[in-house]
Amino acid sequence: MADAPRAVRNRSVARGTLAVFFACLLGIPAGIGAFTFVYAKGFSYLSTDPRACVNCHVMNAQYDAWRMSGHRHTATCVECHLPHAGLAKWIAKADHGFRHSAAFTLQNFKEPIEMTPKDREIVGVNCVRCHEGLVHDVAVAPGPGRKGAALECMHCHAGAGHGAGG
Amino acid sequence: MRRGWVLGVLGLIGVAAVTVLLLALLTNIFERKQEARQAFVRLVDVTEDTMDPKVWGQNWPLQYDSYLRTALPTTTKYGGRGAGASDGGPAEQKLDRDPWLKRIFAGYAFSIDYRDRRGHAYALFDQEQTRRVTEKQQPGACLQCHASNLALYRFAGKGDVRKGFELVSGMPYREAREMKDDHGQPLVQHPVACVDCHEPKTMAVRVTRPGFIAGIKAFKAKQGMADYDPNRDATRQEMRSFVCGQCHVEYYFKGPGKVVTYPWANGLKVEEIEAYYEREGFTDWVHAETGTKLLKAQHPEFEVWSQGVHARAGVACADCHMPYQRVGALKVSDHWVRSPLLNLNRACQTCHAVPEKELEARVLSIQDRHHALLQRAAKATTDMLDAMVAAKKEGASEATLQAAAAQHRKAEWRLDFVAAENSMGFHAPQELARILGEVIDHARQGQLEAERALRRR
Repeated sequence: MADAPRAVRNRSVARGTLAVFFACLLGIPAGIGAFTFVYAKGFSYLSTDPRACVNCHVMNAQYDAWRMSGHRHTATCVECHLPHAGLAKWIAKADHGFRHSAAFTLQNFKEPIEMTPKDREIVGVNCVRCHEGLVHDVAVAPGPGRKGAALECMHCHAGAGHGAGG
Repeated sequence: MRRGWVLGVLGLIGVAAVTVLLLALLTNIFERKQEARQAFVRLVDVTEDTMDPKVWGQNWPLQYDSYLRTALPTTTKYGGRGAGASDGGPAEQKLDRDPWLKRIFAGYAFSIDYRDRRGHAYALFDQEQTRRVTEKQQPGACLQCHASNLALYRFAGKGDVRKGFELVSGMPYREAREMKDDHGQPLVQHPVACVDCHEPKTMAVRVTRPGFIAGIKAFKAKQGMADYDPNRDATRQEMRSFVCGQCHVEYYFKGPGKVVTYPWANGLKVEEIEAYYEREGFTDWVHAETGTKLLKAQHPEFEVWSQGVHARAGVACADCHMPYQRVGALKVSDHWVRSPLLNLNRACQTCHAVPEKELEARVLSIQDRHHALLQRAAKATTDMLDAMVAAKKEGASEATLQAAAAQHRKAEWRLDFVAAENSMGFHAPQELARILGEVIDHARQGQLEAERALRRR
């Protein structure tokens, strides 16, 4: 290196400094981000563990009621509240995740918390997914291609999955 | 080259902004986690002798903050009207709003001054301001509910709260109010405060008012529970109503000692309480227009709530009047005790998944109907008074007016029981409508009796 021309040496030093600079520039936020993700139990949200839903304690009441309900043996949170499979499931999951964490961080949501109409529809479809054998000639739940003709399960079974409703 | 610099600087700013947001999020998550870990920090030690709510507020700032808000003015359609409920001045005079009150209380202190309610923060202040106390001699008994009084009772009873309570009840109001301890410190300084409803070691909800403890014991004995002690035998959910029932009840000052007594030995219903008073031969005052010996009802919220559907469903006073609120990751009982109409989402929607507008309309329709029936019952009562006064004026004897007087006593007791109750019918709509139906019946019967006496003259 000592024999290298001054200009070349300067350029390589400058390049090295730049590399360190960029490494810091991106590495520090990436590190903080990664730590925050792990600290906030970010991976738990990729699982189906119901305890992930009470990480921030806002849904303690709903969680406790579910643990007292008949559904606890057969259905976890995501089995009713997310589409069953495929891309729709991950889109809904990302949508819930984003809305819930933004609302909780900014503390700007209405209480008591309410389900959105879109999410009601998801639950309605899941009711029928399991109970179809029983209800197929009684009710048609709302869902893709079944809009309008709907008898909504939750209209009467409002407590299902959470305590007294079974 | 220049473009490279600009991009570099923009990139730096962008990454810095992202870092700031990430750190803000991290700190926020950290704070929420800390909140969830520890519900409160005991910065100061509070004991039975810590009367000042401010000291408790250092340990429980969230509850204390909401408790302080009871000083704020609140108004609903039927409650808390007037500039009132703030330092701006006292609340609206009920006597002006409903002039029939002045007539039914003729000859009694409530015909001089009878105002709408203000928050807990004013419990002691307003008592000292009312002309019922400034112009009439009142006993120390009043302090049982209007002041935080445990220190006073312990001092007066030399450690025995019940004994101190009995002694203080019989004293003149001012003497009791200004009592000082051995170091010359005043014993009564605060309205209803933390220590009145909370055990200082565990913060458990408890009852301390000696009148309530004796009253609920007598009521439970009637139901077959001997030696009932609410602090030992009641469930936590029952206690969340009992703490309010310590004061929001019907009571009377028994005997020359003026001991605050809750007339519950017979039950909590209006006629059960009436039967108790008849057996005791008790009379609050003699009506100035008719000379009838009458009973005065005081805000029987606890008794009326007990007859309603919410009580039957196990809903406590605190569920609607002090609903849980979430502060960060904490669940805190709102100590800004107020009308649920001002807090529909927390007070009602926790159980009723119905839009707020619909809930409000439901409550107001109950209250409007109740108010209309109440006015009708009041009209019947004043018509009876008119007939009795006319009969007396025309020379009907007291003996012939006795039948009318008996109806007068029954009608006014019921009318006042309903009118003095603070929920405008909501606590138990059907029960209150039943009572108002009886008011109208007794008042019209009394009117007939008075007219009969007039004819018999």
